[in-house]
Amino acid sequence: MSFDVTKIRADFPILDQQIRGKPLVYLDNAATCQKPQAVIDSIVQVYSCDYANVHRGVHALSERSTAAYEGAREKVRQFINARSDKEIVFVRGTTEAINLVAQSFGKAKIKQGDEILITAMEHHSNIVPWQMLCAQTGAVLKVAPINLQGELLLDDMLAMLNDRTRLVAVVHMSNALGSINPVAKIIAAAHARSIPVLLDGAQAVPHMPVDVQGLDCDFYVFSGHKLYAPSGVGVLYGKEALLEAMPPYQGGGDMIRKVTFEATEYNVLPYKFEAGTPNIAGVIGLGAALDYLSAIGMQNIAAYEAELLSYATQQASKIESLRIIGEARQKGAILSFVLQTVHPHDIGTMLDSIGIAIRAGHHCAMPVMDFFQVPATARASFAMYNTQQEIDVLMQGIAQLIEVFG
Amino acid sequence: MFDDLRDLYQEVIFDHNRNPRNFRVMPDADRKVEGFNPLCGDRLTLFLKITEGVIQDASFQGSGCAISTASVSLMTEIVKGKTEQEANQLFEMFHAMTTGKEDAINLESVGKLAVLAGVRDYPARVKCATLAWHTLEAALKNEQQSVSTE
Repeated sequence: MSFDVTKIRADFPILDQQIRGKPLVYLDNAATCQKPQAVIDSIVQVYSCDYANVHRGVHALSERSTAAYEGAREKVRQFINARSDKEIVFVRGTTEAINLVAQSFGKAKIKQGDEILITAMEHHSNIVPWQMLCAQTGAVLKVAPINLQGELLLDDMLAMLNDRTRLVAVVHMSNALGSINPVAKIIAAAHARSIPVLLDGAQAVPHMPVDVQGLDCDFYVFSGHKLYAPSGVGVLYGKEALLEAMPPYQGGGDMIRKVTFEATEYNVLPYKFEAGTPNIAGVIGLGAALDYLSAIGMQNIAAYEAELLSYATQQASKIESLRIIGEARQKGAILSFVLQTVHPHDIGTMLDSIGIAIRAGHHCAMPVMDFFQVPATARASFAMYNTQQEIDVLMQGIAQLIEVFG
Repeated sequence: MFDDLRDLYQEVIFDHNRNPRNFRVMPDADRKVEGFNPLCGDRLTLFLKITEGVIQDASFQGSGCAISTASVSLMTEIVKGKTEQEANQLFEMFHAMTTGKEDAINLESVGKLAVLAGVRDYPARVKCATLAWHTLEAALKNEQQSVSTE
């Protein structure tokens, strides 16, 4: 199918509005992206017609909700090409997924003096849970370096793997820089030493096809809300054998098979990790988002967004006082930048006044800001519904505000 | 193009952003306090020279957005020669003006600082304008810890 951005835009009702008298240009997709009508409809449908608690009722609504909820699990399995539904655990988001692995896998397997290896371009959510685990266990967090283009120094990273390394946790695509990491090489090298690898796919999944069996990663985590699905739902993929061996993360309903006051028998995968009533409508909305994306094709989305990024980079390079932060050769549709004379927060406010939504700040990646010696960056992050015309509007806005600030 | 922002970004603010006043380290300062908003990245160090309860000199170093830079630059100008008590009163007035809690505030009484009144319509930016003043308040109380308005 050919990629028709006009048709895609028409599927997103929120995009059709004026902000402060100007057409909305939404370029904050790395923070969260907008929802197509199909996802909105799926939420309306479940709450209007099919809603009840899952996995327990014998009545019709519970059966319908359970079928839709478990149907979404199968859609996730297909979308990332996992081997089994048992390997798909629904969580609140990427952050909870990483915390789950840290507290369950980590506490069971990681001891004093062990090492956890991450990179210098991680989001706080792939730093702090490991720091907490290190504080609890006496393990050590090691950080692989990056260069000024925002690329991981792969050889340095691989040289940091050793007999004490128990886990490698790497961002697939950086939210602050756009860099796409050479994860296949990292996984191969880590596996050669029998070290499992967790990939933070929060930014990667909306922008490229992801095949967890092809990658052979041990854990893959992502959020729904960056993937055109509702907020408050996310996925932990884990290889079955690993998940099977891990203790539960939270205790409660749904994650048990049998409870007495003397002992509790835990439920099978994936329910062992889904304590309590889950985000039923959110999961069903995620399923609808995956249907929508699959119909367009992730390969088509990736190709279109590569064009957008290339155009944006080319146009941005024409602005003399603009410095792009993150110039990796392998890069997703994110343009982080600073201006010589205008602070990112002023850029954000100025652009907002003409209808353009970007992010200004440290993007939950303060170590990245420190590395580039900037207090913050302005970040335009693109989605499949953005257009070259919108990039033109952005660039005109930037040129004008540079003039105003003088 | 940015007509809607004239109340926020007045010419005085651009001027102080381009040419901040009293932008220097004060080696013999009596008070030195850091203000830092980590979410924004606005960071400043405020220096005061105080003799017998009067602010003899005020200066700053740091980097931030136009609003925070202009705010601290204007502040160092206006507090020079003021008693600590007068400076505290200015802090109260500035706070009321920027948070919009006191509509009746007389903008004339704050003099030049009135150019920052526009931030009250931009809730996300109030913290930029008030960082300098909260840092001043801490300095007047002789507190050492870093100040944040986030």
